[in-house]
Amino acid sequence: MDLTLSESELAFQAEAREWLAANVPAEPLPSMDTEAGWAAHQEWEARLAEARWSVVSWPAEYHGRDASLVEWVVFEEEYYRAGAPGRVSQNGIFLLAPIIFDHGTPEQQDRFLPSMATGEKIWAQCWSEPEAGSDLASLRSTARRDEERGGWVLNGQKTWSSRAAFAHWGFGLFRSDPEAQRHAGLTYFLFPLDADGITVRPIAQLDGEAGFAEVFFEDVFVPDADVLGAPGDGWRVAMSTAGNERGLSLRSPGRFCAAADRLVELYRGTAQPPAAAADRVVDAWVKAQAYRLYTWGTVTRLAAGGDMGAAGSVNKVFWSELDIALHETALDLLGPEAEVASTWLDGYTFSLSGPIYAGTNEIQRNIVAERILGLPREVRK
Amino acid sequence: MRFVLDEDQRDFAAALQSLLAGADTVRAARAWADGDHGPGLELWKRLADLGVLSLATEATPVEVAVAFEALGRHAVPGPWIESAAYLPVALGRTLEGVATVALPPHVPHALDADVADEVYVGSTPVTEVGEQLTSVDRTRRLFRVTGDGAGEPHPEAFDLAVLATAAELLGAGERVLADAVTYVKQRKQFGREIGSYQAVKHALADVRIALDFARPLVQGAALGEVDVSAAKVACGDAAYLASRTGLQVHGAIGYTQEFDLSLWLNRIRALVTAWGTPAFHRGRLLASLVGPDATEAG
Repeated sequence: MDLTLSESELAFQAEAREWLAANVPAEPLPSMDTEAGWAAHQEWEARLAEARWSVVSWPAEYHGRDASLVEWVVFEEEYYRAGAPGRVSQNGIFLLAPIIFDHGTPEQQDRFLPSMATGEKIWAQCWSEPEAGSDLASLRSTARRDEERGGWVLNGQKTWSSRAAFAHWGFGLFRSDPEAQRHAGLTYFLFPLDADGITVRPIAQLDGEAGFAEVFFEDVFVPDADVLGAPGDGWRVAMSTAGNERGLSLRSPGRFCAAADRLVELYRGTAQPPAAAADRVVDAWVKAQAYRLYTWGTVTRLAAGGDMGAAGSVNKVFWSELDIALHETALDLLGPEAEVASTWLDGYTFSLSGPIYAGTNEIQRNIVAERILGLPREVRK
Repeated sequence: MRFVLDEDQRDFAAALQSLLAGADTVRAARAWADGDHGPGLELWKRLADLGVLSLATEATPVEVAVAFEALGRHAVPGPWIESAAYLPVALGRTLEGVATVALPPHVPHALDADVADEVYVGSTPVTEVGEQLTSVDRTRRLFRVTGDGAGEPHPEAFDLAVLATAAELLGAGERVLADAVTYVKQRKQFGREIGSYQAVKHALADVRIALDFARPLVQGAALGEVDVSAAKVACGDAAYLASRTGLQVHGAIGYTQEFDLSLWLNRIRALVTAWGTPAFHRGRLLASLVGPDATEAG
């Protein structure tokens, strides 16, 4: 049992640290959910890509470095420690790309991955529907076969689509076999958000900014070339994305360790911190360390050929609750100034969405109870 | 980078598990609580033969943590933290028999001083043992001892004892969760297993999550990657959550002394404040993070 990095991993770490120190913008970028912020974040992605830091774990032919899982975690630690901007390309590079690598055709890989890596094309996820949230398999948006044109015609409505207000492409599931029930008969589609028949209506989030949107589909034609995986196999394909989102890839430990360190700094700089805050600062720091060490355990198991399985749900509940507790503590330390706009307040508002997206924490607890503890399955209709 | 137990460590854990699973540790613990040390001392000897008493001086803290997790899982009675973690490091030698120590204020009383071959207050041997006190955990037979010059605890020895306590809590918490899961799959109310109700599922899922994130802190502390106080705080919280939830899902049967769950519920409650209270360990962590001056200001 050891927690030491190899010489090449240390060299990788040093190179990342040096580049980030020289290149991370001194001032935080404006919110990516505004027009100006969006452009600034896309520009940052381009700079990252130029130095081959945007998708370190991808193959070199797609702007990556063929980094190992250990190196990826190391990079993420350095990235957040350096205070680098949030990743506007996150939905694409972390959620969709693993699916394209696994299920996409070589043509799709060549067509989609390079522009995703450079941030030139930003992707939005289109999962939920007005009547299909936690119960995603009840989705109703349809895909009708069009043999003549060699593709499918999409109709329906998606909602809570993160980044869709400004993104270029979307990905999501549609019911391609009207006779099939629930998980069967769904197909995974990729589509440009400016296609004929698509209307995107931004939704102001809790902080007033358009972080997500409704997406309406009216006879939208998608060629066969933009179907990901086999028609009808969409659920299986999509579930590998869901695993990524709640598991390792979306929430690397680096961001929580960096936030916990900043919280300690905030406490140190607070003249008269509330007495109750001390324990909460310590607990947030301890949990961030727990998350970091837990991740190294996960990385070790994955590197040995294991898979994430239902452990992604254990992970998701933990980091989402940690994120809120950490930011709540920061706001307590800020006292009467807490309500005034700040990066802590932005982080707090964002953290509130954690227990909801990527499968609510109630769904995650069901998964932990049923698949890990082996408790009887819920009766579902 | 390989943050899992290696093969030798897994073998050692398996050997402990196999010994303890077949040793009727519950009977030994109950007898110990009644002042009958026979079965517990027999168990002591078998664990000593497996090398548990020499881990502190001859193995690494990882093996110490592995051993104490197993002791916690099986509610093994006796002053193991004192004899196998604190004293060997503080005295610089492996102990032959049963030994115990008081280190006021963190360890105010000497556990099992009546049966110990050696009793210390700090690093000073004492021969006089005072009155017995009743612990919430009846298998923890506490005795008042007085001695001069308890002084500061030996720092490395104290940290190893804290790590051992954290690991024992982890093992006890895992045991309570396992028994609670077994129970809710069998117990039926309103015509179905109570483990099929979401309120019960979510409570037990929270225990699984808390224990899963306490374990890496024990292992990380054993490797010197984080302060042992972090492991103690997290294991105390996780095990205590396990005990509260375990009791709740068992209902009234869990509230009886006769039902074996009681051994773990009471052990966990005692260990939460043993070898440094949660407040002490959080204070120690805060001081290490922000410096002692800032702690006082807070």
